[in-house]
Amino acid sequence: MIARLLEGVPRRGLVCLAALFALLAVFPAFAGGYLLSVGFLILYFAFVGQAWNIMMGFAGQLSLGHSLYVGLGAYAAAALYVHFGISPWIGLGASIAVAALAGAVIGFLAFRFGVAGVYFAILTIAFAEFARIGFDHFRWVQGSSGFFLPVANYTRNDLWNLRGSPVMFYYLMLVMTAGAFVLCHALLRSRMGYYWLAIRESPEAAQALGVNVFRYKMVAVVISAAMTSLAGVIFAFYYNNLFPEQIFHISRSIELILGPIIGGIGTLVGPLVGAFLLTGLAEGMREAMLRLGIDVPGVKQVFYGICLLLVVVFLPHGVWPPLARAFGLERKG
Amino acid sequence: MPVEVYFNVAASGLLTGLVYGLMALGLSVIFGVVRVVNFAHGEMMTLAMYLTLVLFGALKLDPLILLVPIAAVMFAFGYLLQAGLINPFINRPEHSQFMLLVALALILVNVQLIIFGPDAKGIRTAYSFDSFQMGKIIVDASKVYAAGAALVVAAALFAFFKYTLLGKAIRACADNYDGARVVGLNVKHLYALTFGLGAACVGAAGAMLMVVADVTPAIGPAYTLLAFVIVITGGLGSMPGALLGGLLIGATEALGGVLFTPSAKSMFAFALLVLVLLFRPQGILGRKAA
Amino acid sequence: MTQRINRRQFNQALAAAGAATALSPFGIVRAQSARLKVGLLLPRSGVQAGIGQDCHRVVQITSGILSDLGLPGLEIMNGDTESNVDVSRSRAERLISEGAQLLVGAFDSGQTTAIAQVAEQRGIPLVINIAAAPPITEQGYKFVFRNFPTAPMILGDAFGNQLEVFAATGVAPKTVVFMHVNDTFGQAMQKGFTGVMTKFPAIPYKVADVIAYDPAARDLSVEVAKAKATGAEALVMVSRLNDAILITRELVKQRWTPSAVLSMGPGWYEDQYLKTLEKLGDGPLSFVPWYDPNKKLAQQLLAAHGKAFPDISLNTNHVYTFEALLVAADAFKRAGSSNPKALADAIRATDIKGNVSPGPGIQFNAKGQNDKLKNSAIQNRGGKLVTVAPKDAANARPELPMRPYDKR
Repeated sequence: MIARLLEGVPRRGLVCLAALFALLAVFPAFAGGYLLSVGFLILYFAFVGQAWNIMMGFAGQLSLGHSLYVGLGAYAAAALYVHFGISPWIGLGASIAVAALAGAVIGFLAFRFGVAGVYFAILTIAFAEFARIGFDHFRWVQGSSGFFLPVANYTRNDLWNLRGSPVMFYYLMLVMTAGAFVLCHALLRSRMGYYWLAIRESPEAAQALGVNVFRYKMVAVVISAAMTSLAGVIFAFYYNNLFPEQIFHISRSIELILGPIIGGIGTLVGPLVGAFLLTGLAEGMREAMLRLGIDVPGVKQVFYGICLLLVVVFLPHGVWPPLARAFGLERKG
Repeated sequence: MPVEVYFNVAASGLLTGLVYGLMALGLSVIFGVVRVVNFAHGEMMTLAMYLTLVLFGALKLDPLILLVPIAAVMFAFGYLLQAGLINPFINRPEHSQFMLLVALALILVNVQLIIFGPDAKGIRTAYSFDSFQMGKIIVDASKVYAAGAALVVAAALFAFFKYTLLGKAIRACADNYDGARVVGLNVKHLYALTFGLGAACVGAAGAMLMVVADVTPAIGPAYTLLAFVIVITGGLGSMPGALLGGLLIGATEALGGVLFTPSAKSMFAFALLVLVLLFRPQGILGRKAA
Repeated sequence: MTQRINRRQFNQALAAAGAATALSPFGIVRAQSARLKVGLLLPRSGVQAGIGQDCHRVVQITSGILSDLGLPGLEIMNGDTESNVDVSRSRAERLISEGAQLLVGAFDSGQTTAIAQVAEQRGIPLVINIAAAPPITEQGYKFVFRNFPTAPMILGDAFGNQLEVFAATGVAPKTVVFMHVNDTFGQAMQKGFTGVMTKFPAIPYKVADVIAYDPAARDLSVEVAKAKATGAEALVMVSRLNDAILITRELVKQRWTPSAVLSMGPGWYEDQYLKTLEKLGDGPLSFVPWYDPNKKLAQQLLAAHGKAFPDISLNTNHVYTFEALLVAADAFKRAGSSNPKALADAIRATDIKGNVSPGPGIQFNAKGQNDKLKNSAIQNRGGKLVTVAPKDAANARPELPMRPYDKR
């Protein structure tokens, strides 16, 4: 099975990936608290971007309300932990279930009724907003006054209850991101991956050829939602507080799709590259402002927006494809 | 709850809905013709609102009079934006357009933050605090004036599209891009013109909104979403649809708020949107796509 | 005979000098003349930019006052949380890696919680300037201190001050309608409202209805119409600045003047409110954390603030951010070192009687909370603010009922 997974992947690509993984694995050893927190963020956005990419890049559905799944996953696991003391490893089952259900509902409503393109995007926004307002009123998880997880000390790493140092969370995120990467690769290689490609390129032709478009779109949506909810679980236990206004907010939905779009939709490495670039860019700009002594709030965001603009205008398929070509890392066939 | 409360609330919702409808009209024109997903729509309106603020401070003229120069300025802005930046994106996938406009929105919001600061700013006109009272019915005066202005501008726009040659040319572009080019229409120019018109609508709506609300840099995204909800509900490509959508959403939110809890009133607008998307995706007054 | 140092004495002296040099590396010996590096984390961009920038203003005048008080200087390192919890965390880490020895921040409860976790993990003290969510000081942290009241504290004092006001004016509403913004602060206040009210059986009113509204609401005519329809005499509010202005406008347009507006949050007393509404802004009472105009340091702060910002009134944001910096400087002086553990211990032992906010002064209980803070009642009068309760921290008498809007 491993051979099948590795078939067709250029040697150089494998070496690069291995080197990258090794580098990321030893990163905490020489990174201070600040760089570690940035590293965590990069991995988090890489993971969640990869999850979103399944829906968009593979099945061609633009979701602008993905924060819905993050929030559902976060609240499900957090509520079970706070109210019943259930470990998040078990609680994540509930997170996946809830998010998958939400995704299935949205997918069903959209695909059965032929809602596509921009309309689908707006539909996803509507559901996320629904959740935001709904959770604001949801007393069991404290509504808008915020759901706080009890915090323990940080000297002991309690992996079972996800209580511990940032280093623990970093490694957890690294494993998750690597896992997502491998999973997406396997999915793309599978028969379903080819169906997805067909659906993305031309749904009518695929339908005519007997591909059950509805079913495979649904699968993409559900997998994407389920994966995203895991990010929510990590978020809840890393930050230890949840506010519907923040976690379901549309700005969060937009934030998590910037990575894959900038990196390259539909590609495997795109979300990683995108997450790295964007987080790096944001932090780099904050540093630059600091060094230059510019203390005007909003300036960093303006430059950030300009950079985004430039990438979108000049690199329409994202940053990764030209990079891949340059380094000879393109996939053959 | 006394009956007149429902009437007052509904009236208020309908009036504000008209102003929102005008804003959505701008989006409908842009989206319906140029087919660009303008995710910076709300930010453009915020820009118009700040322009109104500045002009009002300098000239002390009523915003409903200022809406003419503001619409003109926004027209130019929209034209240049489309011709200069957005044009290459017309045939690109939606997510590319979306990213472009999100980046633009980010820049706009933060430039406004830098220039105007984060505090809410408003305009006080002679009639800011007036209301018309007939027995137990009370209607907000500024809303009546703003809604009236919205109707006038919308009517002007309808007339333009129905009766002028230019308007017909633009509609032709929307209906059949290739056909229009075959016939010799300068589509690029017409697109830019249309975007400009959409922006002008937004400009006028912004000026009117300054009469009833305050502006901060952060309110843009909420208006973008509102514009999309209204356009989709009312019907893409249908101008009366945008106004109808505005009225409907305004009334729904208002009545939803009064009957249930106001903090959830947006949910009713979204519920309406979902229903429309599922059962009549072309919108209430929209035409089914060919 | 001249006293000559014998070899033994000389060796001893040398040893002592050597020991002294060894025991006093640069840092400790020079501690008092160096400044304390304070990382100040505030939301200066994003949705909360207005408040963050307002809090930040006070930095300009702080060093002058601190040196007048004989306290060591602070080197302020600015961090913009961008109203975002991810950024808050990484900014806090960044400031610490840049040498911040103490953190102050961050206004928003969610962002403050993220920063508190970083502070606790790294063992750097955090002095919270503003954040009212109770759980922050219930986590058993050893390095987190809050010199700001929690929502229940604000509520308790609000009721107490209301009783004073009712007694002083002879106006006691029988029914009220409670309107609140449905965000973190608003919901926290609403949750505690009925519970805390039972501790004040003398409160004369009953709540006719509770109306929550969306913080992103662009239009509050529906909410005000609903409130008016309840027929309540007075309006109890928890809102933000923009909503306060919107609601007042609606009150005027819908022709309803409550006998009193009892606000337990920001908005109704802020400069923007007074400037925008002018005469129509007079009358509302705000039961909020404030300053004690009779305290000397408060007067000093008022004077300095007035000189630096003649158009801006001193408010909660300035007072509590200043006090957080005051706590930092005071602890630094007493600790005699910038070692974080020493600082934390010094902060825990804080006892500043001559401060700015009402109450016996600044001290922290075992959980790191200043539970002795008192909140005031202020009223808008003639476009300015006067403090009307509690009596010993007041400079004017309250006036009720409010003059009808159409008669102004």
